[in-house]
Amino acid sequence: MAVALLSTVVFFAIVVVVVTHAPGWPEVRRSFFSGHEFASTFPEIARAFVLNVEIFCIAEAIILAVALFLAVLRALPGPVFFPIRALVIVYTDVFRGLPTILVIAMLGFGAPGLGLSWVPTSVTFWGIVALVLIYSAYVSEVYRAGIESVHPSQEAAARSLGLTRWQAMRRVILPQAVRRVIPPLLNDFIGLQKDSALVGTIGAIEAFNQSQIDANATFNFTAYLAAATLFVAITIPLARFTDWLMLRDRRRRQAGALV
Amino acid sequence: MTAALRVEGLHKAFGRHEVLRGIDLDVADHEVVCLIGASGSGKSTLLRCVNRLEPIQAGRIFLHGEEITRPRDVNVVRRRIGIVFQSFNLFPHMSVLRNVTLAPRDALGLSRREADERALALLDRFGLADKRDEFPDRLSGGQQQRVAIVRALAMQPELMLFDEVTSALDPELVAEVLEVIRELAAGGMTMLLATHEMSFAREVASTVCFLDAGRILEQGPPEQIFTEPREERTQRFLQRVLEAGRL
Repeated sequence: MAVALLSTVVFFAIVVVVVTHAPGWPEVRRSFFSGHEFASTFPEIARAFVLNVEIFCIAEAIILAVALFLAVLRALPGPVFFPIRALVIVYTDVFRGLPTILVIAMLGFGAPGLGLSWVPTSVTFWGIVALVLIYSAYVSEVYRAGIESVHPSQEAAARSLGLTRWQAMRRVILPQAVRRVIPPLLNDFIGLQKDSALVGTIGAIEAFNQSQIDANATFNFTAYLAAATLFVAITIPLARFTDWLMLRDRRRRQAGALV
Repeated sequence: MTAALRVEGLHKAFGRHEVLRGIDLDVADHEVVCLIGASGSGKSTLLRCVNRLEPIQAGRIFLHGEEITRPRDVNVVRRRIGIVFQSFNLFPHMSVLRNVTLAPRDALGLSRREADERALALLDRFGLADKRDEFPDRLSGGQQQRVAIVRALAMQPELMLFDEVTSALDPELVAEVLEVIRELAAGGMTMLLATHEMSFAREVASTVCFLDAGRILEQGPPEQIFTEPREERTQRFLQRVLEAGRL
């Protein structure tokens, strides 16, 4: 513990000394770490950050449901359901393969451009759609790993009692599968929170976009720091919470193995 | 009188590997039939085929005269036949009571009150009433297996299948599970058991079948099979069991 503390202090002391003695440091400090700029831009960026929260909360709720549906479809057995499984596989392959920013740009600029009166023109709406498409592909794979981690004997036991395939899935397999994948689900949720900033690239005034506007207006980049602070303020606690859940889960399983 | 269970010419293969090669078997009502034989002789597979957990290649199976090999709905068949596995397979995310009431409620449509009453009566009968709210991880292997038996009984099956239900247990926990089966036999439950517990088979069975390489090589009352087996393979199998101290 003492060694860890000492080595951490020494390490950061070296970093601070090297950075502050760099020839360009005074200029960097003025344009990135201006206390005055931080104070004047932070409130507006914080207000814009509310949009990020809306985007990732709405998207996450839809993603969790859509991805679970996809994972269940992919678990359908037998040759009859091959077309459905194939469709799900193609979907997850395509949307895991595409850069998020590309999907956001295509939908954000393309969909409203169709000029159909019933198609929403809100860039926020299309940003959420794009995030849902991308992240559902990832999250359905997480669910699938969970479903496959439940031993086949559990399904055999459920089916042997006369439960239907769907009852066995809903009552026996999914509850165990979802419990096991909560940590990786939270991990993807952290990724989604950060990627909500990409919706700014198609015009939504969220925290990143607002900080860009401020930086351009003041010729000072401290606004980015303000936005970064906001993201980190919510992602780091969630990351710690995820780690804690994983640790608790591991301890529980080890304790269970000893019984 | 029609047999509770009749198996005719049952063939089962996993890929090219033939596990069952023409099984014919009758189990009368209230009869206890024990399947003995070496590992890999097909005992477990036969039980899983009877419960339709495994597709079969040929043959027919009748439950109280009704063919169950080509039914409209396998779930209806399984509700009438209970099976208990070697590895318990309780649902770890549910309490004991919920484990037992799940199928009666979801598959039979019993109300929560009816299912609870039925489950509690059974748990009480087998000395598990105080475990109703425990989770399976907190129980000993013997208790888990007794809960698994109760879970199957809660469906009020016409026939119970036991697949080496004591093989995964520590020796000191075997007796409590055998006691449950003994009580069921005394109560007239129709049962088909695959077992390695020879002395138990001898005590509880009305008929013993010796399986060898996917066939029933010899069957008869326990006294005859265990004391004067006709087939040489049966003799050799029992000799090995005897040497291993299991008889």
